[in-house]
Amino acid sequence: MSMNNQGRPTHISGGIQNSDSAVPQTVTGNRGLQIEEPLIFEQDSAGRCGVDLPEVPAVASRLGAVKPRGKIGLPGLAEPQVVRHYTRLSQKNYAIDSGLYPLGSCTMKHNPRLNEKMARLPGFADVHPLQPESTVQGALELMAELGRWLATLTGMAAVTLAPAAGAHGEMCGIMAIRSAHDAKGDTGRTKILVPESAHGTNPATAAACGYAVEAIPATEDGRVDLGALKAKLGPDVAGLMLTNPNTCGLFERDIITIAEAVHAAGAYFYCDGANFNAIVGRVRPADLGIDVMHINLHKTFSTPHGGGGPGSGPVVFAESLAPFVPVPYVVQDKDGAFRLVEQAGDGPAFGRMKAFHGQMGMFVRALAYMMSHGADGLRQVANDAVLNANYLLARLQDVMTPSFEGPCMHECLFDDRFLKGTGVTTLDIAKALIDEGFHPMTMYFPLVVHGALLIEPTETESKASLDQFVTALRALAERAKSGDVAYFQGAPRLTPRRRLDETAAARKPVLRWTPAVEPETVAAE
Amino acid sequence: MRYLPLTEADRRSMLEAIGVPSVDELFRDVPEAARLSGPIEGLSNHMGELEVERALSAMAGKNLPAGSVPSFLGAGAYRHHIPATVDHLVQRGEFLTAYTPYQPEVSQGTLQVLFEFQTQVSLLTGMDVANASMYDGATACAEAVMMANRVTRRKKAVLSGGLHPHYRDTTTTDARFIGFETVVMPPAPTGGEDLLAEVDGDTSCVVVQNPDVFGHVRDYTELGKACQAKGALLIVVVTEAVSLGLLTPPGEMGADIVAAEGQSLGNALNFGGPYVGLFAVKEKLVRQMPGRLCGQTVDADGRRGFVLTLSTREQHIRREKATSNICTNSGLCALAFSIHLSLLGEEGFNRLAGINHAKAVQLADKLAGVKGVEIVNGSFFNEFTVKLPKPAAEVVEALAQRGILGGVPASRLFGGGLDDLLIVAATETNTESDMDAFATALAEVL
Repeated sequence: MSMNNQGRPTHISGGIQNSDSAVPQTVTGNRGLQIEEPLIFEQDSAGRCGVDLPEVPAVASRLGAVKPRGKIGLPGLAEPQVVRHYTRLSQKNYAIDSGLYPLGSCTMKHNPRLNEKMARLPGFADVHPLQPESTVQGALELMAELGRWLATLTGMAAVTLAPAAGAHGEMCGIMAIRSAHDAKGDTGRTKILVPESAHGTNPATAAACGYAVEAIPATEDGRVDLGALKAKLGPDVAGLMLTNPNTCGLFERDIITIAEAVHAAGAYFYCDGANFNAIVGRVRPADLGIDVMHINLHKTFSTPHGGGGPGSGPVVFAESLAPFVPVPYVVQDKDGAFRLVEQAGDGPAFGRMKAFHGQMGMFVRALAYMMSHGADGLRQVANDAVLNANYLLARLQDVMTPSFEGPCMHECLFDDRFLKGTGVTTLDIAKALIDEGFHPMTMYFPLVVHGALLIEPTETESKASLDQFVTALRALAERAKSGDVAYFQGAPRLTPRRRLDETAAARKPVLRWTPAVEPETVAAE
Repeated sequence: MRYLPLTEADRRSMLEAIGVPSVDELFRDVPEAARLSGPIEGLSNHMGELEVERALSAMAGKNLPAGSVPSFLGAGAYRHHIPATVDHLVQRGEFLTAYTPYQPEVSQGTLQVLFEFQTQVSLLTGMDVANASMYDGATACAEAVMMANRVTRRKKAVLSGGLHPHYRDTTTTDARFIGFETVVMPPAPTGGEDLLAEVDGDTSCVVVQNPDVFGHVRDYTELGKACQAKGALLIVVVTEAVSLGLLTPPGEMGADIVAAEGQSLGNALNFGGPYVGLFAVKEKLVRQMPGRLCGQTVDADGRRGFVLTLSTREQHIRREKATSNICTNSGLCALAFSIHLSLLGEEGFNRLAGINHAKAVQLADKLAGVKGVEIVNGSFFNEFTVKLPKPAAEVVEALAQRGILGGVPASRLFGGGLDDLLIVAATETNTESDMDAFATALAEVL
């Protein structure tokens, strides 16, 4: 079979082309269970409605001087059409419910449906954020209880649940650091140190908060270069943002020394807690000298990612930064009643980070997960996450190239040295994995190694699913080394769409559907 | 520990494959001093499903669900009826448990939804393009101001006193740390304000809300023109998305950026979150937008498909030079929004807005009949402000004792002051008898 240029046409046209992907064309464009689904706007029939609403009561309008709007342009569909549209779309998604999703640094683990059921209890889902406190004591109790679990697991003194996502939590932490320096009148600190291997959100957060970002290089063994760090620490440094375990999947062995050096320089130590799932129940971040850390509830405590969120990024503070926790937060009065502190007042607490009190729906899911596992189970979570990652490392290290010596923590990192001279890239491997029924690992991150492949299995994968993944990946590695470049460049073949042209999408962005111009409009022009 | 599939035998054979005697050996890089020898104290051990349900249901039982009583709370979060279909579809595992669509070939479902969502938000707001959602309306507002600063290279924002105080505080918090100036107008529950008087050569933007936090509906067309003449952007905030079914959209009033809360469509109250921020701009500002964007393209066979695009604005490419540090969106909440709006369609959305307005008119008339109550608003959509002869917080507490959630005291939002003002909302969920019960109870407690 000819494989030349497979999947890489030299020009792209709008129509369906015959390719040698060995899949016959059909009249409808459908491929068995893979149904072509038009945009919802292309299914419009004026006058249809998917909900039954009563007539509008006859009243005199009180809209004032604003003129009522004209046609919006929304399509009209009956309920079964809407159900079928979204069901068909859902079937074009890979999800953790359908298979292994080993995205390093993203953490995709089982999402228990108990959590969904709990979050939908009317007592949580159907309460308004501004109801009188006397009518939401259970919601406030849940927030207090979640805060207690987070503080206990991290050994920290204070918690805010307000941030809406991990990156939002980073911002909260950096604002607390800034507030603490300001409170001391120490205003000459203009820099935040960020290791090269950090998530892109770290430097973006520090910059967004008005700091200059200074990168710290990594050592040969994938850790922060302690010498380089110490050389950069000085009276102009406000803080260090470190991820631990880091994005190479390694524990920063020198972390206590790092903390001491940072503190000796009068700076604060921020830890990006995205990888807390590797150590939960086994290590308390406070014992490592960390001043402030965010926790992605969806990563460590399993709230579904929903194709991009919502997230939730509570932040824990050591004694050193506890006074600077932003509003709102929950306090308990002597009589046992819970109260929300919603205004910053004159204290050191800094303002507000979003409307209302945080991602309550996520809090319920996270607490349900914590209670299901308990203190004993969470320790086992870390054990199994680390065991699974090291098992993959052990099973793959002879056919792929591990970037650093183990043990790794909850994720294992390979680079593309094993592909050298084959013509096959990290991207090609990822796309071929899709045809094998797996979501690819994280590619090209962290940036500190070339052509990175970062694999995170998590604790909710069985040995059997890991073995199947290993078998597929080993076979692909061998195939790449055998020089079958065309096979990889043509992948994926079995998906609803083959490789998509991302360059074209960025060059002339089409970011919305636009109705076809009506003939009379054209004539009028 | 039903979520953990490994058996003891699995663990032993895996440790053997790795070549270490115990799992503790895998934690050897952790400094000795920080290693815990057993489970952390002070937390319960694992529980079965039944036990967790019991414990959490007990907590939920201590709350008063808004739907179980006559409820008139709004102020940025609204109780609307959500068709059963919405939650059913949102809970499909392929939507619920998918990640960010980084591999477009196996994420066309989420990507097409985002493309359709962007289109819906553009149409609703009357703007050229929208992004794939933000955390919530308040953070969208703060990001809009930061974006205006970038675009105009000016560093002062003028915030209307009619802006929801949480949106105001979110924006001023960012301003303080990021380093821009905010001019915050005092709340003007009864009258207008001269925003233009505050606009000068340093002003990047003017932020207004429609309907504003007190419920007033305004036409900002003239303000938009005046801002443009002074080189400042007009940012229009919308906290009640349903109002867009009836009112002139911000785009037609000359808004450069719209920052809105989309909770009203498809998303439950959830005690304040998660919600879904809407963010839409004029075409020329696309590349300065924060957040995620989905774009149309073709695949290797020339077939239409969708990808995340313009990511060179984002933190994972531009790091400290990114337009914002945002890394996620509110994907699932955006999906719920999109499904609800698809069910409603043109006719349903317009009618839903009409019902909301009519219900509020009916409620205003009923409350105006209560002795001592004065309706403050000359215009409103589904929410308005009433002046009471007593502090509103006391009245609300007394109403709650009678099983009625009677609105949001302005003092709760503004942190003191405006004590006699109560912000009241009505939606399609409120029946005539709810309203009568409210008016009767209000007469009793005043």
